[in-house]
Amino acid sequence: MERFVYADNAATTKVSDRVLAAMTPFLQQNYGNPSSIYSIGRESKKTIEEAREKVSVALGASPAEIYFTSGGSEADNWAIKGAAATQAKKGKKHIITTNFEHHAVLHTCEKLARDGFEITYLPINDEGYITAEQVREAIRPDTALVTIMYANNEIGTIQPIKEIGKVCREAKVWFHTDAVQAVGHVEINVQDQNIDMLSLSGHKIHAPKGVGALYIKKGIVLQNLIDGGGQERGKRAGTENIASIVGLGQAISDCTQDIETKIKHVSAMRDRLIENALKIPQVRLNGGLQNRLCGNANLSFTAVEGEALLLLLDMNGICGSSGSACTSGSLDPSHVLLALGLPHETAHGSLRLSINEETSDEDIDYIIKTLPPVIERLRAMSPLWDK
Amino acid sequence: MLYSEKVLEHFANPKNVGELEDANGVGEVGNAKCGDIMRMYLSIDGDVIKDVKFKTFGCGAAIATSSIATEMIIGKTVEDALKLTNRAVVEALDGLPPSKIHCSVLAEQAIKAALSDYYKRQGIDPAPIVGGAGGCDDCGECDVCNAH
Repeated sequence: MERFVYADNAATTKVSDRVLAAMTPFLQQNYGNPSSIYSIGRESKKTIEEAREKVSVALGASPAEIYFTSGGSEADNWAIKGAAATQAKKGKKHIITTNFEHHAVLHTCEKLARDGFEITYLPINDEGYITAEQVREAIRPDTALVTIMYANNEIGTIQPIKEIGKVCREAKVWFHTDAVQAVGHVEINVQDQNIDMLSLSGHKIHAPKGVGALYIKKGIVLQNLIDGGGQERGKRAGTENIASIVGLGQAISDCTQDIETKIKHVSAMRDRLIENALKIPQVRLNGGLQNRLCGNANLSFTAVEGEALLLLLDMNGICGSSGSACTSGSLDPSHVLLALGLPHETAHGSLRLSINEETSDEDIDYIIKTLPPVIERLRAMSPLWDK
Repeated sequence: MLYSEKVLEHFANPKNVGELEDANGVGEVGNAKCGDIMRMYLSIDGDVIKDVKFKTFGCGAAIATSSIATEMIIGKTVEDALKLTNRAVVEALDGLPPSKIHCSVLAEQAIKAALSDYYKRQGIDPAPIVGGAGGCDDCGECDVCNAH
């Protein structure tokens, strides 16, 4: 293998050196329970509150509005089910979302539908965007919640969150956004952008897996996620995952610093990657290029199946992922690509490459060089290619 | 998704890829909706399968099952090829993940479809010999088909 290129940062990232260094004291030295009265306990408590402060600063929120969770899926579940339970008491049982959300949102909405909620799934356009106008038209007097992702995990399209939030504010409807892919890659300010609840995950921004947070705007009351002790203001009980919370605090500070420079640098590499990949015959870029995550490229190659492409790229040292959920053991094609209007055979064969600031120009060169022969090889064995 | 070494080996270096110009039996099964299409070309002389080639659009398992299935019938009699089961294909690959078993079904069906075509070209009704050739819809393994 000539080179190892990790281009699946939308799936997960490596824990950074700075994050690891911040975390390790809390595993063996300062291991006190934050609820304990003695010094190492108090030290832990103080550290958690510092991390909460860091998360709040990164989002433009106040620390009391940040709740630590085990990750993005938990935050999504809590926001949606919690809001649904509160709002149902007021007779509001209608939820608005989109047809290209992450499964943490889609499957949660499906569960609520089985419990008697009505769900409106707004369709994205063929570039992968929702408009605030669509949201406005869908809002009803009994709408309990609008939940729309900040940026899509497969095609990287960034939604007009501020405008959607404004529509929700005007209609006095709660607005939640799954920002797992957006944090650290887009400038976020929950106040300016009219966001009531926001989910984020640590492992997408160089913190470890198993930690995330939910921002809940002051004044919004969700039912408790875990009943028990007084942790997370009694709403999510259980002794805190201190080391990981410290890691998340460090990671979110790091990734939101000088974000403009980073976006410019990473988008330039991504654009070069896309430009060169589009030279391959019969290829398409999925999702619009205008408002797109700086590290996301999602391509479909006619007559090439996604999983085979990933395996062959892996054999050449490149880690990518596919819109085809074949990789996760399901045979369903990507619901995101189907939502874009792509036919099944194309939805089975997409390649998502997600780069970040750790990606080098040499890595991009290597992908550009490796991709064409790999595609050619798979097409040579494909009965769809000679048709 | 954990593939055996054997599956990865056949995926990385598939045997008998391509087309046969002098094929006298060609069969295609699967559909793009399911994400797998297999086409088999047989060159049959007398009663013996002299050569086999395949073209497959599909995942790693689909390519590996196609490859090993061609190896398992080259040089065999038509009668023996008809006896090839998907289970034998799975065993030859040291197993397949549960969600990929349907690929082995497709490989068996692709061979049967090609043999049916061979009989038809000879003016023989294949149904009593080959049986229902089966299509993608009969495999029942795939969510897309199950939704039909």
